[in-house]
Amino acid sequence: MAYKIVSSSCTGCSACEPECPNQAIVEKNGTFLIKPEKCTECIGHFDDPQCVAACPVDKTVIIDNAYPRYAAA
Amino acid sequence: MTSVTAGHGGLKPLNGIKIEVAGQTGCGTSGGDGKSGCGSAAGAADLPAEIWEKVKNHPCYSEEAHHHYARMHVAVAPACNIQCNYCNRKYDCSNESRPGVVSQKLSPEQAAKKVLAVASAIPQMTVLGIAGPGDALANPKKTFDTFRMLQEQAPDIKLCLSTNGLALPDFVDEIVKYNIDHVTITINMVDPDVGAKIYPWIFYNHKRIHGREAAEILTERQMLGLEMLTARGVLTKINSVLIPGVNDRHLIDVNKAVKARGAFLHNIMPLISEAEHGTVFGLTGQRGPTAQELKEVQDACIGGANLMRHCRQCRADAVGLLGEDRSSEFTIEQVESMNVVYDLDKRRLYQQKVEAQREAQATAKTAALAAQGEDDGMKCLVAVATKGQGKVNEHFGHAREFQIYEVSAGGATFIGHRRVDHYCQGGWGEDEVLPSIVTAINDCHAVLVAKIGACPRDELKQAGIEPVDRYAHEFIEQAALGWFLDYRARIATGEIAHRPRGDAAIRQGAYLAA
Repeated sequence: MAYKIVSSSCTGCSACEPECPNQAIVEKNGTFLIKPEKCTECIGHFDDPQCVAACPVDKTVIIDNAYPRYAAA
Repeated sequence: MTSVTAGHGGLKPLNGIKIEVAGQTGCGTSGGDGKSGCGSAAGAADLPAEIWEKVKNHPCYSEEAHHHYARMHVAVAPACNIQCNYCNRKYDCSNESRPGVVSQKLSPEQAAKKVLAVASAIPQMTVLGIAGPGDALANPKKTFDTFRMLQEQAPDIKLCLSTNGLALPDFVDEIVKYNIDHVTITINMVDPDVGAKIYPWIFYNHKRIHGREAAEILTERQMLGLEMLTARGVLTKINSVLIPGVNDRHLIDVNKAVKARGAFLHNIMPLISEAEHGTVFGLTGQRGPTAQELKEVQDACIGGANLMRHCRQCRADAVGLLGEDRSSEFTIEQVESMNVVYDLDKRRLYQQKVEAQREAQATAKTAALAAQGEDDGMKCLVAVATKGQGKVNEHFGHAREFQIYEVSAGGATFIGHRRVDHYCQGGWGEDEVLPSIVTAINDCHAVLVAKIGACPRDELKQAGIEPVDRYAHEFIEQAALGWFLDYRARIATGEIAHRPRGDAAIRQGAYLAA
């Protein structure tokens, strides 16, 4: 799985973007989105997923069940 | 108060120069308590020359300057690294004015262009600040890119920033590098147990940290950052949000703590919390302070760090004199289509005229003070309708705010302002607006205006507030002192009796009428 950003509740504040260790977060039309193929859920980098920890709006960065769980190499 | 001498208490060595902090002996103002000393209310005579040079044209650091000089904020810093219970990042309304709120985010390039456009259109705009809508130092690249561009393109504009302090110790070198000589830190507590009630979490060292532990780290970083700035000669203003029942009396400890670390100014502002803002405090029904509650805490801090009382709690994209907002004239689209020529000489010429006005204002105040009798400690508050230049020059019905002065035979001192809705809409008075204006200035004995209609005049009189238009277009202190002299003369002849006034409400929420 990867994380995804619920664009309707994203404020576009950009707090998550520089925190991502994989540069998986990009801005599109004023809000941010996570490229699922780049997301590692921060496994191997940090204890907590950085986008989730930095986001000021609850339940905005959530698990995307459409993608298989990332496994560190 | 005519002869102001440097009779300060504590002296703090600061990077070779001496910064004078208001001490227990008062700060150059003679006479009774309740008068703010140096700091924001200070003039050329109260401060060392190097410090006065830094603050004299800064509307946020000098109360006197705020009548004449304008500031602007550019919203290049949307991200924040902490969560406060009085902030909701999702809310934006163009009719709303409070920190953390913004209509358009800007890139550093757009911001630089906007600053040049505003500086050309408003030559008295002397200060550019980055105050969010998140935290300036949680967006270091955008913040410092903007400063670098402006330093090259508009070297006469003072740069400042505002931060919650969490990242501050990491950026002190950078701040000094860009000649940023004014930094505002929001400090609401020095006790982590109080902090836990204000901050649900911080994001620090790649972790979200909650509760007391979060507040402990935050206060440690704030104090360290403040000490580092003081050591480097950067002037600091501490903003504190007064939250009744949470940190009201505690702010006196905050005042002592920041004074001890060399803070130049302390700005205690009322909590803004309306349920419609969707903040935690708004939703839990945490109320803001009344005017009297705010003044009590501010007055209790006199003798500590100097107090600022003219803060308007601006939006992160405000443009203009404090208390006015011209940001809607400078949207990205409008700025892109402007042909901007940055004319440094024209700006200087205009600012010379402003300086002449300021001198005239000081002379008028001195003359008005000379006419006063013995200061027996009697004090009154008066509300003033002004649109700048330090004069009573606004129509009652057009005022969006009233400035509040405390007058005694010893002087007229600015103590705050009250936001109101326009009474006059398209030439007609709005009957339902008037009671809210009366509530906002209910602690005042008189309201000084350039002009006022018959209807509101009668209503104000009924509420016990004297409407006064005979000082139209005079300087504010001169007008306030003139009214006070006359008021006392009328009491002496038995024409009227002096009665104490009640408390006033601090305006919350959005303007009802645009």
